[in-house]
Amino acid sequence: MLRSMLRSLVPGTVAAVVLLGGGCARTTEHVVNVLGSTSIQPFAEFLAEQYNKKNAGRQVEVQGGGSTAGLQAVTNGLADIGTCSRALKADEAQQFTPTLIARDGVAIVVNPANPLNGLTTEQLRGLFSGRITNWREVGGKDGPVRPITREEGSGTRESFVNLVMGKERISPGALTQESNGAVKELVRGDPAAVGYMSLGLVGKELKAVSVDGAEPTAGNVLAGTYKVARPFLFVTRGPVRPEAQAFIDFVLSPEGQKILETEGLVRAK
Amino acid sequence: MKQDKAISVVLLLVALSAISGLALITVFIFKEGLPIILRVGGREFFLSSDWEPSAGHFGIFFMIVGSLAVTAGAMVIGTIFGLGVAIVLTQFCPAGLAAVLKPAIELLAGIPSVVYGFVGVVTLVPLIRTYLGGPGLSVLASSIVLGIMVLPTVTSISTDALQAVPRPYWEGSIALGATQWQTTHMVMLKAARSGIVTAAILGMGRAIGETMAVIMVAGNPRQIPHSILDPVRTLTSNIALEMAYASGDHRQALFATGVTLFVIIMLLNTVALVVSRRHAPRRGAR
Amino acid sequence: MKPSPAALQRLVVVALWTLTATTIGVLLFIIAYILAHGLPHLTWGFLTQSPEYMGRKGGVFPMIVGTLMVAGLAVLIAAPIGVATAIYLTEYTREGKRTAVIRFGADCLAGIPSIIFGLFGFVFFAITLGLGLSVLSGALTLTLMVLPTIVRTSEEALRAVPSAYREVSYGLGSTRWQMVTNVVLRSALPGICTGVVLSLGRSISETAAVMLTAGSALRLPHSLFDSSRTLALHFYILSREGISMPNAYATASVLIIAILGLNLLAYWLMRRFVAKVK
Repeated sequence: MLRSMLRSLVPGTVAAVVLLGGGCARTTEHVVNVLGSTSIQPFAEFLAEQYNKKNAGRQVEVQGGGSTAGLQAVTNGLADIGTCSRALKADEAQQFTPTLIARDGVAIVVNPANPLNGLTTEQLRGLFSGRITNWREVGGKDGPVRPITREEGSGTRESFVNLVMGKERISPGALTQESNGAVKELVRGDPAAVGYMSLGLVGKELKAVSVDGAEPTAGNVLAGTYKVARPFLFVTRGPVRPEAQAFIDFVLSPEGQKILETEGLVRAK
Repeated sequence: MKQDKAISVVLLLVALSAISGLALITVFIFKEGLPIILRVGGREFFLSSDWEPSAGHFGIFFMIVGSLAVTAGAMVIGTIFGLGVAIVLTQFCPAGLAAVLKPAIELLAGIPSVVYGFVGVVTLVPLIRTYLGGPGLSVLASSIVLGIMVLPTVTSISTDALQAVPRPYWEGSIALGATQWQTTHMVMLKAARSGIVTAAILGMGRAIGETMAVIMVAGNPRQIPHSILDPVRTLTSNIALEMAYASGDHRQALFATGVTLFVIIMLLNTVALVVSRRHAPRRGAR
Repeated sequence: MKPSPAALQRLVVVALWTLTATTIGVLLFIIAYILAHGLPHLTWGFLTQSPEYMGRKGGVFPMIVGTLMVAGLAVLIAAPIGVATAIYLTEYTREGKRTAVIRFGADCLAGIPSIIFGLFGFVFFAITLGLGLSVLSGALTLTLMVLPTIVRTSEEALRAVPSAYREVSYGLGSTRWQMVTNVVLRSALPGICTGVVLSLGRSISETAAVMLTAGSALRLPHSLFDSSRTLALHFYILSREGISMPNAYATASVLIIAILGLNLLAYWLMRRFVAKVK
């Protein structure tokens, strides 16, 4: 009995695998893989949703992993388009082709119970490097300061370090979270926390402080008064597949740009 | 007979492919990880706490301490509760209740680690932050969550060890006038000692290897924790945080972290093997 | 003043039962917490629809399919290979240095952290072999992860079959293979199946090993080469990013109910096994 069970199970499995794998392999070739920045991810996913609805035969898939992971994925062939929420470095600019799709501010966020409404770049450097250990020192309530940071491959982190920290290092004691959402949840729950995240994702639950007097709004990013801002890039390497190019064109089209603007970003053009 | 020989060859081939698949992983991990340990130098890799891959610094000491601290805490909780439950199940529990409790404990082992981490983040971490201080994301939170996750392993192996102690040991002790507890701790536990130690060691292996739950409740800073209320980064969390974007030396350093974990697990398993061999459980009357 | 043995006994019994009650309490709390928040949102629509707006709305149907594909394929590959390996080790070889080394190796690999399997799978299957972030990459990674466990549990199940069974079979003139299939496997089957079912449970709950092998695509996978998001990963992303707590709880509820079901199955199989061997 066992033997007859095995006899039918093995060819059945093989057939199933062949049918699934071989028969539908063609579908994958039309799939455009977009991988990278966790800041860009929600926006890219929404764009992909709209794009997929309009073009039934063309599918776009979005995954996270971080800006540098996006560049890696394009190099490794895991993705057609890498998303990057920071400017490319010199050596990267030689290998990859960036396409600006939007601009986004990096918001400095604190818990709603924190009385502070604005900080200077100098103060931020002190808070995040661990030099300033009590909120009293910057005019807030007495209590410890808990800086929250992102992982090293994060474009948000890279942008923050370039635009705010300058030469100072982020404190090794800073708590590390792996996405904007995780930073948001943590700051929301901890009155002593201070973190940085994508401006477009802050929402109403947190307080985003002004930096050097400039309020963190999309308008100020566009005007250039809120200086802590970075580009959102779609990055490719070498020749681009027509399906991937079609998606990039959609994102740059007036419709795509309008979607991004409605969601809180600053349009590319 | 010829059919038997043919089948034996087929099975051998399958077994070899399984073994070679697993050997492939081992070889791959060591091949990717060892070179960087040698290049950076064992001293700097294992004893320095400077982990800054973008600058080429690969020191994992603070993470070794982190993993050990969290595991030690998990073992304290896991063994106290796990062994306690095992003792209850085998010595103090009516058979009917035991039949319900045992699968219930095994159910704990099936809950996904991300669920443990999540419940830890929303219930345990705020409690620690409010009543004990610190960010809440801490060695303590990680130890508690891991302790609960490791508990079923400790319970199940300890239960097996206690049940393997021959019945005459129990009966003899009671006949001499000892109470149940006296019998338990002077006779049963001693007899099951090697099995219980094995349980603890295997539990330790599970605790060191846990990733998702720990990422959510540990805080992941880049420094050594100085108290149980301090946040901590473990070897496994580090790999998970960085593997998506690591390349070149950085990726090799992550594999080297994998080698470190591999060696630790191998050491633990060897100790477990030696311990269980030395005090081989005496098989009593069935 | 030393407490009398009887008093100490009472004290210890109370302490031990407190420990047990706390443990059971924690288990019930976790399950109740998730189900209480999640069941109200666990509708038929949730199970059959696709996610919308990154998971803020809609359901988890693609994730259910993805999980079944990845975990199912992994166990489908690992089970025959693992059981065959176990059969070979117990029935076709003699106890010795070689088998002891293999057993030790299997134990070590069973203890390797799942993230290491994930790292290996990402670099080897997804990148080097060019399979990309796909169901196949995820399944192959999970296969390697559960293989040692299946080999070990099958081996123990096979060794638990009394040697008398084998001797009688030989005595009746059977070949080794006939003896294995008609006698030994029949008795060991429930025990083997328990191991397989538990491995399936482990595969379903796994997150670290699939997040960079199967990927995190939201769409329904149409082939083995498509990326797919498993339920556990979806729960992790939803809850971590704060995208939608109700949906996160509902996803976790689906997971917990599935695990509960699998555990019940394993438990039932184990009881059959114990009854048979006794």
